[in-house]
Amino acid sequence: MDLITNPTVLEVARAAEVVLGRSVHVTAASDISRDLAVDSLALMNIVMELEDRFDISIPIDRLSEVQTVGDLSSLIDNIRNKA
Amino acid sequence: MALLDRHAASRDAYQAIRQASADPFSVRFDSVISPTEGVINGQRTILLGTNNYLGLTFDPDCIEDSVRAVREGGTGTTGSRIANGSYDGHVTLETALKAYYNRRHAMVFTTGYQANLGVLSSLVGRDDHLLLDADSHASIYDGARMGHAEVTRFRHNDPEDLYKRLRRLKDAPGEKLIVVEGIYSMVGDVAPLKEIVAVKREMGAYLLVDEAHSMGVLGANGRGLAEEAGVEADVDVIVGTFSKSLGSVGGFVVSDMEGFDVMRVVCRPYMFTASLPPAVVASTVTALRKVQETPALRHKLHANAKHLYDGLTNLGLATGPNCSPIVAVTMPDQAVAIGMWNTLLQNGVYLNLALPPATPDNRPLLRSSVSAAHTPEQIERVLEVMEKVSREFGLLKDEPKRALA
Repeated sequence: MDLITNPTVLEVARAAEVVLGRSVHVTAASDISRDLAVDSLALMNIVMELEDRFDISIPIDRLSEVQTVGDLSSLIDNIRNKA
Repeated sequence: MALLDRHAASRDAYQAIRQASADPFSVRFDSVISPTEGVINGQRTILLGTNNYLGLTFDPDCIEDSVRAVREGGTGTTGSRIANGSYDGHVTLETALKAYYNRRHAMVFTTGYQANLGVLSSLVGRDDHLLLDADSHASIYDGARMGHAEVTRFRHNDPEDLYKRLRRLKDAPGEKLIVVEGIYSMVGDVAPLKEIVAVKREMGAYLLVDEAHSMGVLGANGRGLAEEAGVEADVDVIVGTFSKSLGSVGGFVVSDMEGFDVMRVVCRPYMFTASLPPAVVASTVTALRKVQETPALRHKLHANAKHLYDGLTNLGLATGPNCSPIVAVTMPDQAVAIGMWNTLLQNGVYLNLALPPATPDNRPLLRSSVSAAHTPEQIERVLEVMEKVSREFGLLKDEPKRALA
């Protein structure tokens, strides 16, 4: 398995574990729906958890562009850089 | 890939549920004979999952007015109000809603779903922000998705969480619209509206309350949670439906907002669909009058709700946090939920099977909605059947409390 070095990806994994109540193993390339078996509602709950971890607002209308963990992590990094 | 292959996961899940027995999403009634009774597979069945809170679907006056309207005005309007014009009934209904809610503006939609779709997609736009309770109805999510505002969810019924998320947006341009429901449809819990109003005031946001399940149910005059909580002046927009307490179909919005009428020419789910037919409008006008004139209906409803809620809670079943006309029992897993639902139906009790992700906390629910029209004997019968079936499925450990006749 790839070693995860991106701290945002790690936070996404931790947030997913909190929401899903199970351990998850992800890389930036993991497909959120297929590899993590996350439905749209669970994804929105993961986003809520991430908003609190980073103290930012992640509009859920932006999730249409998110397919992989890397996409979500880039979206978070973009929002944080703009803040 | 065939077009419908994208829904393979849903298809498989649906197939698994159907194999378990009767299809909970395609129940077919041979006939519906009263607000509280139907016939399924030749068996008389108590209706406990139809949101018919005041039992007005068979009200003789509503029926008479509906029949007169269809004879006088025809079966349909065959078009939208902006293209085909308004019938007298549409205007009468909007006038009645304005008077009932003491608001300057009222707009009627063809369904409650479309009311939310229209209001949420038109009232806010690019650079504005929608703040939705996480457990919002699908129509609220879909309306948010149809518009161009940025959408933020806050934790269900949690004013502090709402405050935190509004604080993160305080330097963002645009208006903020908070969206909550009076009574939430799955477990019947009520929004902490006074606290939400306090947050709204402090943070300078607008507030919309969807009173779909609370109209006719809460408040001294049945206007809903805003009336019950004494905060109507702080609620900028109220959305509601005719398909629950008023026993017909359709949706509405009322507001005091300056210039609200512009919505009639910008709100696509209002503009591009056929308006409600005369028969529906007529029974709705009469039902709205009955809601105002007959507080006894609400008292009966709450007595019945308490009867069922206390009965199920005393049996030891996992009911919701507060007593309301929506009484939900949390099931341990999907197999038990489906099994229970089927066995209840076989025993002449129809209620709703609610499965994740449509339920909070990813738990399956058996959801009941009580009506003012239920008799105490019907509720007692439901409690007997629930006890028997719950025991069969191992949900109750102690000795029987009721003997099933």
